[in-house]
Amino acid sequence: MMGRRGLMYPYHLWMLLFTVVPLGLILYFALTDKTGAFTLANIRQAAQPVYLGVLWHSVWLALLATGVCLLLGYPMAYILVSSPIKYRNMLVVLTVIPMWMNFLLRTYAWLTLLERNGLINGVLRWLGLPALQILYTDYAVILGMVYNFLPFMILPIYSVLMKMDKSLLEAAEDLGADSFTAFRRVTLPLSLPGVYAGVLMVFMPAVTTFVISRLLGGGQYMLIGNLIEQQFLSIGNWNFGSAVSVLMLIIILLTMLVPGKYREEEGGMLI
Amino acid sequence: MKKRAVFCSLIAMLLLTALLVTGCGGSKDGGDKGKRQLKVYNWGDYIDPDVLTSFEKETGIHVIYDTFATNEDMYVKIKAGGSDYDLAIPSDYMISRMIREKLIEKIDTARLKNYKLVGDRFRGVSFDPMDEYSVPFMWGTVGIAYNTKMVKEQVDSWSILWDKKYAKQIFMLDSPRDSIGITLKYLGYSLNTGSEKELAEAGKKLLEQKPLVLAYVVDEVKDKMIAGEGAMAVVWSGDAQFIMEKNKDIAYAIPKEGTNIWIDSMVIMKGAKNKAEAMEFIDYMTRPDIARKNVEYIGYATPIPEVQGKLSKEVQESLAAYPPAELLKNAEFFNDLTDNLPKYDKVWTEVKIAQ
Repeated sequence: MMGRRGLMYPYHLWMLLFTVVPLGLILYFALTDKTGAFTLANIRQAAQPVYLGVLWHSVWLALLATGVCLLLGYPMAYILVSSPIKYRNMLVVLTVIPMWMNFLLRTYAWLTLLERNGLINGVLRWLGLPALQILYTDYAVILGMVYNFLPFMILPIYSVLMKMDKSLLEAAEDLGADSFTAFRRVTLPLSLPGVYAGVLMVFMPAVTTFVISRLLGGGQYMLIGNLIEQQFLSIGNWNFGSAVSVLMLIIILLTMLVPGKYREEEGGMLI
Repeated sequence: MKKRAVFCSLIAMLLLTALLVTGCGGSKDGGDKGKRQLKVYNWGDYIDPDVLTSFEKETGIHVIYDTFATNEDMYVKIKAGGSDYDLAIPSDYMISRMIREKLIEKIDTARLKNYKLVGDRFRGVSFDPMDEYSVPFMWGTVGIAYNTKMVKEQVDSWSILWDKKYAKQIFMLDSPRDSIGITLKYLGYSLNTGSEKELAEAGKKLLEQKPLVLAYVVDEVKDKMIAGEGAMAVVWSGDAQFIMEKNKDIAYAIPKEGTNIWIDSMVIMKGAKNKAEAMEFIDYMTRPDIARKNVEYIGYATPIPEVQGKLSKEVQESLAAYPPAELLKNAEFFNDLTDNLPKYDKVWTEVKIAQ
């Protein structure tokens, strides 16, 4: 009979079929030309300034969105943890509920909310305030990213803060730390693994998105996701599209390697 | 405990295998063996469903019907093999690519009863000069849909898309072929050019226009124009027809510099198993009463003059549906760009990434 290791086989098979094989295919396409011969031309083309500019713009927008998510998400996670148990679960559920609805639908909703004669501008005008013209700009793209990915920042930080031993804070206070010092020297360092996981979980989908930038950005600022999509669907150049994907994979890999020291703790906090 | 775990993992593996098997053997035909059948691949929402039912009833041929969203989607699926479609309805430039790559078969039009009804304008076209491979299904143009409440002047040139008066009120098509194509037309070049110089000029022109553009869109343009969010938009004629039905302030113009005219035609796949049935289908779709049902349902334009004459006066006189020939004298079909495609891609990428 199969032992406990037998349990792993379905998982291994899954990983092989849906992660390793597709990755191998992307690498294969990236390093070959249309006839299947080995070439570095695709990679060289992807490294042209034109395309690096696209990559840089995507990374920059994703970083901004991640930063905003962190600024909003950390205090929100903190509030969740310090709220009375009675309300806490309800608040967590409220954080998650938007994710039950389809991502595309929510983004389409913003498309209508933000338009010139949309609901938001209607209310602003009614209040006698100047209308907001952010649809089809970078601001709308960042708004879309923050709105869609904020729960991915809140939840990991929340779960780390929840697990923190509260007696550490009491000890800090006993040793004469005021609450700000206690936060800075105890809570903050202990919550960093959660912050790191949150940053990754927001940054990765943000840097690869093509739906948000196309719908809310009006297709004016091409992001790396759009470039890849275009190569595969409208241009039909799978080789170059794969080369750009490989370039993006490398970028993401680098971001994961930077704060490597938190990685071993990562597993425990992801929900 | 351990036993249960093993059992669970077995179940999981079984499920996975089942998933894989169904995934690979996806092309099950269904239907009984003796029955004649036909596998059709068409654009989404591009046929009157009643027509399919009546075809099945009249001929006894069982139709297996699948749809695609873009020419490229269709091409990728056919090219990859494994699909066994008998008949598809792609557009002009894609047909010329499929002819070149030997993906479609010749059609003996002499055997089609209704082929003679197809208008002269749709014969001997650039993508199939000898009328050997394709039979026209629908056609249309690219033009400007504009809101008459916001645009008071006469619209007859692409130049209005570069008019600073309409800054941030212009929607462009988020499609390299169409947007570069109309710019080339505006500059007086062919929209199939391979000249680096002409393409660079078009790219410069589009960059110059970028600050005036509200957004580059495809399907959203319909909602936005109906809601009055922009003064004008570059649109396909069928979309224009749709917008005009929903918002009476919208009008459609075909600029005098010329535009893109396109045809979606029926083609038979290389090695189709049901060739005879495919021929019957093509003949059925070109039969006047059937063609009329389709065109009234879809809202694009029919290539059969006899059918056009029977449509409502409003539709017949609509510029979006049936522009007069003199407006189309500068219009061109798209050719398959083959090796020039990357040049268009590069121009478009440069336009899209400019800040």
